[in-house]
Amino acid sequence: MTSVERQLRAECRRLLEDKEVDVILGYGRGTLPLRTAPVFARQAADVDNLVWDVTCENSLAVYVPRLAGQRIAIVAKGCDGRWIAEQISENQVSRDNVTVIAVPCAGVISRRKLAEATGYKPIMSGVIQGDTVAVAGTDWEQVLPISDLLEEACKSCIYKGAPFADIDLGRVDSTGSDGFPDVALFSQLNGEERWQAFSAEVDKCVRCYACRQACPGCFCKVCFVDKSNPTIIGVTDDKSDAMVFHLVRALHLAGRCVDCGACEKACPTGVNLRMLNRKLQKDARELFGHTAGLDPDEKPMISSYRPDDPEDFIM
Amino acid sequence: MGAKVCDLNRVAELLGQWADSRTVVVPGAPPENSGFVPFDGKWNALLPGTTVRSVKDLLFAQSDMLFGYELEDGAVKFTEAAVPEEVVAVGVRPCDARAITMLDPVFCEDPDLYDPAYQARRDRTTLVVIGCNVVGSGCFCTGIGGDPHGKQGADLFITELEDRLLLEAVTDKGEALLSAAVLTDASAEDMEQSKVVTGTAREMIELPIEGLKEKLDNMFDHDIWSQLHETCLGCGVCTYLCPTCHCFDVTDERRGEAYQRLRTWDSCQFTLFTLHGSGHNPRPTTQERLRQRFMHKLNYYPDKHGVSACVGCGRCVNNCPVNIDIREIIRQIGGVTA
Repeated sequence: MTSVERQLRAECRRLLEDKEVDVILGYGRGTLPLRTAPVFARQAADVDNLVWDVTCENSLAVYVPRLAGQRIAIVAKGCDGRWIAEQISENQVSRDNVTVIAVPCAGVISRRKLAEATGYKPIMSGVIQGDTVAVAGTDWEQVLPISDLLEEACKSCIYKGAPFADIDLGRVDSTGSDGFPDVALFSQLNGEERWQAFSAEVDKCVRCYACRQACPGCFCKVCFVDKSNPTIIGVTDDKSDAMVFHLVRALHLAGRCVDCGACEKACPTGVNLRMLNRKLQKDARELFGHTAGLDPDEKPMISSYRPDDPEDFIM
Repeated sequence: MGAKVCDLNRVAELLGQWADSRTVVVPGAPPENSGFVPFDGKWNALLPGTTVRSVKDLLFAQSDMLFGYELEDGAVKFTEAAVPEEVVAVGVRPCDARAITMLDPVFCEDPDLYDPAYQARRDRTTLVVIGCNVVGSGCFCTGIGGDPHGKQGADLFITELEDRLLLEAVTDKGEALLSAAVLTDASAEDMEQSKVVTGTAREMIELPIEGLKEKLDNMFDHDIWSQLHETCLGCGVCTYLCPTCHCFDVTDERRGEAYQRLRTWDSCQFTLFTLHGSGHNPRPTTQERLRQRFMHKLNYYPDKHGVSACVGCGRCVNNCPVNIDIREIIRQIGGVTA
């Protein structure tokens, strides 16, 4: 047990024993090597299952809108903390009902990158050793630097700590700035090349909606894809239908997406789901000076109007 | 049924010979490809375990046109769906082939009542199964009645020997593939060796599936579902990747002046799956929907067809974004005392 885990369990035990919260959203051991999973702790005894390490990839804030009315504590990476700020700003949860437990996060391991780095050989065990991870199969072993395995969303993350915390178990300092180099690179492609790149991603989509369900920002009671009378979008995995899904979902997240990467992690077929969202994050910052999830008291971007908002794209 | 042998360095040639008269598909290379892709002339040894997308995609497509229709001179004119091409799927795993034998009773068991889209593809697809010599991540076929070298559902069964492939025909469709010129007759020694190589793949986990279905008969209202469901996101990953899952929706879509009736995948994990026209939804939360998935797999399907509809391929285990694990659930059900 690490010292952060020790403190985490002690704080969570206290929160439950003192009945300060109804449920704690945290991470527990998974059933596969190097895998943790979301856990809901409601009894003091449950806190012994709580862990914190570089495999804690899930965006726990996704559960907050569906626990409306309950007093929630959440083990928060920087991105989870930013989602809570955004959800408070959008009236999905009240500040009084959330206890943010900030944990130090410098990024999480990508299961996809780990599989590729180990040649897709079955991994039977994995141990985190400081800044490396040692994996082994039935007749092989490999040691990999964690920095080579970080999720893409973590690599570009500059807001590494939750913007506010009720319990602070340590936060990695936010450093540098995000110049959106990935978006700049994509912008160098001409129209036809962009179409091909986007089509190639969309071709992988099977319309499982894992991206939508994993996203803490997708909490509509009825999603636009499920509407009929009138039907807004076709249901097939045909490019024409799948493209509309991705374009509209990205637009629904404009000014809201904190770039946690939950979508990308959840997608079973490896669609590059952040491709569009990154561009919209850049637009939000450059056009409207807005970055999602930094201030729970800030009004949502799309529902704010300032007289000096740029209009050159309208007229 | 015949048995032949192919040297490992001539497998690409063999597939090329099959590709003369059919479309040959093989497991695609990750990360760009999650399922079966057209054979491009190069044969790579299979990765352990399965492809992310299963072979069910070839028979039960994500979207399939059932028929088309339009108005012409005041009458409805129907168009039939295009006839699918002849496909040979090479590199199917035994779990996936076994899964097809569980889709068949649903879609085409009755010659008078069958799904024409599924039947058309089924008739024109040959399944060339390659047995597993090593266990993949998340695999548990032996724990649920499967066999890493099982021939159920295969048309042609391949065992990977050290420097060659042993090909054994299981059906007439498989027999037809053995006429490829590059193949040579299998020897008694080849057959002996195939019995030896199964090795570690058969030493898999055990699961308490004995009496599982009977236990679940009395567990519809059990507490276990209220404990298991909370972390479920309600996405469709488990059902879409599962080689035996087969729920679908039927919609009509307009394309220009003509219409198509489409069958597309649906999922019991989606919120609106059981929404009635009245507005009532008998499965309103993840609790009822999660229960449905496991009851269907482990109780309702066995009731109708005699076997659990889980083949132990491990896809749901590996790909569930929140690590809900059917093996764990089976163990927990097994631990429930009446």
